[in-house]
Amino acid sequence: MHAIRIEGLRKTFGRVVALDGLDLEVEVGSVFGFLGPNGAGKTTTLRILTGLARADAGRAWVTGLEVGRADIRQRIGYQPEVPAYYGWMTPREFLVDLVAPLFGLSPAEARARADEMLALADLSNVAKRRIAGFSRGMRQRLGLAQALMNHPQVLLLDEPVSGLDPAGRHGILEFIERLRGQMTVFMCTHILADVERVCDSVGIIHQGKLVVQDRRDELLARYAQPVVEVEFDAPLAEVGAWAQGLQGNPLVGGASVEGRVVRLAVRDAEAARVALPGLVAAAGLVVQRYQWSRPSLEDVFLRLVGVA
Amino acid sequence: MITLLRKEIRAQWRTHRVLIVAALLLLFGLTSPLLVRYLPDIINSLGGLPPEFAELIPPPSVGDAIAQYIKNLTQFGIVLALLVPMGAVVREKERGTAAMLLSKPVSRASFLLAKFAALALTFLTGLVLAGLGGYYYSGVLFEWLDLGRFSLLNGLLWLYFLVYVALTLLASTLARSQVAAGGMAFVLYLLLLVPESIPPLGNYLPGAVVMWGGRLALGQAGDPAWVALGVSLGLIAAALLGAWGILRGQEI
Repeated sequence: MHAIRIEGLRKTFGRVVALDGLDLEVEVGSVFGFLGPNGAGKTTTLRILTGLARADAGRAWVTGLEVGRADIRQRIGYQPEVPAYYGWMTPREFLVDLVAPLFGLSPAEARARADEMLALADLSNVAKRRIAGFSRGMRQRLGLAQALMNHPQVLLLDEPVSGLDPAGRHGILEFIERLRGQMTVFMCTHILADVERVCDSVGIIHQGKLVVQDRRDELLARYAQPVVEVEFDAPLAEVGAWAQGLQGNPLVGGASVEGRVVRLAVRDAEAARVALPGLVAAAGLVVQRYQWSRPSLEDVFLRLVGVA
Repeated sequence: MITLLRKEIRAQWRTHRVLIVAALLLLFGLTSPLLVRYLPDIINSLGGLPPEFAELIPPPSVGDAIAQYIKNLTQFGIVLALLVPMGAVVREKERGTAAMLLSKPVSRASFLLAKFAALALTFLTGLVLAGLGGYYYSGVLFEWLDLGRFSLLNGLLWLYFLVYVALTLLASTLARSQVAAGGMAFVLYLLLLVPESIPPLGNYLPGAVVMWGGRLALGQAGDPAWVALGVSLGLIAAALLGAWGILRGQEI
């Protein structure tokens, strides 16, 4: 059984097609990164899965229950992109008096779980302060805390680290990583580095359609072209001319120039390892750095969604 | 439902809505008999009025005090019944708190009913205070009325307010902004106000229950407004059912 299964999901807003026959399967216990540019349909998918919006066509299941059933909400935790609260409440009141009883937690369980979650969100010291005065980052962290109150089977996160400072971001991502195996995490984001860091599976959505879905490492192996970076100590014009001259070379999939650094996407890594040093030497320019780079998810993403 | 009701009651308190409603209704409740009792004296003290004019003003009675009480409370109570609930649903949708809440095991019916119940309690609190003030000053300045009958008047006033609270909640569910909700609720108020002033039709609309309450408080004879009572309850139920149906179909 999959934690999330989506079949032919379609959603339009007037003339805008937000989802265009989306198909997706997420394994139980995985940390799934749902990647896509802004407006790709990520948030719409989440809103349909939580029951806040309805699909025009297609079906979806969460933990085996078809979306639309009320009991799904007992099994999920949801953090919206911009979590909203009652400003007159304190975070402790929000978790203990509102969120916990909705999931049927006893008062003792609610207090214990709230303390645990507030500590996780690094909000224990402001537990009795009104939420109205909270920063974006504090609200974001409280969003994760409230989504975890019910020990959900599936945790749906919409841009969970947006608005966080580097330390807060690091802490939350580390925590999400630790959830692997305990629950299924479905994380929407457009920050590729975060996905690359914590997700074991990745789905890329573009214009409402799934472009690709696979395990992260397999995706990188399948789609990412090796990259060679060459940094010259030479006039910019000469560096640019050399890069331009490589465009027709069968070894090179693409060349981009940033200052005196030329970034070459390589088609055949083995052949390039033999032939490329000769090509660089033939340029007659002083080389400062010659480096093979590990292909990143960003390379895959840009290639697949065609926005390079 | 209990969790949501507790949250709504706490919201009414923390956002001072209950205090505002209670303070205003208390003010109009207790000043009504005072105004009736001392208005002729105030007019006479202005000076320069011909003695015939003073003789034209009849001596105030407890009936005048109750009439003034009803008039003041219905006028200002309606304004509160339109203003206080107008953002109840639409503001939650605008801010995103509705999405946060409705993604949890919360039915849309209990989301609405908790709001209605908390607003009903807010207006009840205000009316209890207004009733105590109005009853006390009517007794001290005129004559002591039967407390049970006076309570019935306040109960019917409460029902009258609840009609507009429910209609405003319906408007708040339908509208896309607080201002639009307020405008829509005001239009609904006018749609009831106009037929209420037409005598045969008015006897069957919510305004008639308040007049009936006035007669009950003063122990006067007159036909009970059972139909108007039924219509009022029906309007509340219809407005709440309508709001629920609309909210159920909405994407949050």
